[in-house]
Amino acid sequence: MALDFSIIPGILPALLLGARLTVQLALIAVAIGLVIGSFVGIGRVSGNRVIRTITGIYVDFIRGTPLLVQLFLVYFGLPSLIGRPVPPFTAAIAAMGINSGAYVAEIVRAGIQSIDRGQMEAARSIGLTYAQSMRYIIFPQAFRRVIPPLGNEFIAMLKETSLVSVIALEDLLRKGQVVITRTFRPFEIYMAVALIYLVMTLAISRLVAWSEKRLKVVD
Amino acid sequence: MIRTSGLQKSFGSNHVLRGIDITINPHEVVVVIGPSGSGKSTFLRCLNLLEKPTAGQVFFRGQCITDPHVNVNEVRTEMGMVFQRFNLFPHMTVIDNITLGPAKVRGVSLEEARETARVLLDKVGILDKENAYPSELSGGQQQRVAIARALAMKPMAMLFDEATSALDPEMIGEVLDVIRTLAEEGMTMVIVTHEMGFANEVGDRVIFMDEGVIVEEGPPEEVLGQPQNPRTQAFLSKVL
Repeated sequence: MALDFSIIPGILPALLLGARLTVQLALIAVAIGLVIGSFVGIGRVSGNRVIRTITGIYVDFIRGTPLLVQLFLVYFGLPSLIGRPVPPFTAAIAAMGINSGAYVAEIVRAGIQSIDRGQMEAARSIGLTYAQSMRYIIFPQAFRRVIPPLGNEFIAMLKETSLVSVIALEDLLRKGQVVITRTFRPFEIYMAVALIYLVMTLAISRLVAWSEKRLKVVD
Repeated sequence: MIRTSGLQKSFGSNHVLRGIDITINPHEVVVVIGPSGSGKSTFLRCLNLLEKPTAGQVFFRGQCITDPHVNVNEVRTEMGMVFQRFNLFPHMTVIDNITLGPAKVRGVSLEEARETARVLLDKVGILDKENAYPSELSGGQQQRVAIARALAMKPMAMLFDEATSALDPEMIGEVLDVIRTLAEEGMTMVIVTHEMGFANEVGDRVIFMDEGVIVEEGPPEEVLGQPQNPRTQAFLSKVL
């Protein structure tokens, strides 16, 4: 059977609609991840051992189990616990947001720990509190260092969203599958799906590289 | 002004300070010398509690600051510290490095903090660099900014932790000049250094430390000129 890419223009609108959901999911997931990850990342370097342990367990659990299992836990498992169904979109952003939070936490932790110890000591030695030292000295320097890994996390999340196709959310991959059942052109359509993912991830990595250059610090 | 009693510090099984008792009087310049690993930097860092002593007490102006109820941040505003590696804040200009403490900790208005900062920059001889970033300065200039940053808090005492050890030889002099001026003005100072000539010149008292204890102390001409303890003699014969 010969390849026939002439069908692509006709199904492109459907795929792009799916791509929109994919981007939405990734954006919301990483936004949730940023909020969770910032707090957890700071908790990971806390002087309080209880906080360090709790945040450590969260990070280990999330990073040590597959996202697909986490998604099933929320979408199929949680309803039996709370006695009512969880809508697929809610389940998807909850599972992916909590997942992303653990990865962002590690990025934040590494960013904070990459700042020379002497910076904290100098800040404390002029009488700044721990919180003030974090706010004025550590965070501004760490922020510049976490931009590139955060960009990578967003790219990873964008690709991982393809897992939601198994809980019937019409993301880019799922749209492709639907179209295939109509056209019987799996290779051409999966190729088109892959290329749309590629265009999106390339665009993001360019954006990250650009912002990295703009934030180039003097150190 | 500063007094320690039975001060001890361990890092795991490494017993770095084995009981230090010392009294530092107002306006006194105490120079601490000793081989590397003797605990002199740790001792200095225990004075403003950058290191938490394992045992013993530190008193500052009569108050026991190792007491857990003491506000350590307040105490630190009164004890300026200068580090071997300068530790300037690289994302801030020179003047912002200096005004941060007074503005955020002391609550001084930014205008007033800037005025004080300029006076201090003038004093350390780099008034023209106020808007430069630390990375644009030489090591000697950075260390002078670090001294100005500590002085901006108007501390009662200054601690110098090998302040010239990371500097190229031609820049050591300019930093020592600033410290010398402070000594002449009567600042209470504890100086950890390897510069024996400087120790002799500005020190009111020299402390020789080895293996976590004070081996010998006294006026510089005695400790450096006629050391009594064989360990002091051995150390000085190597460095002089």
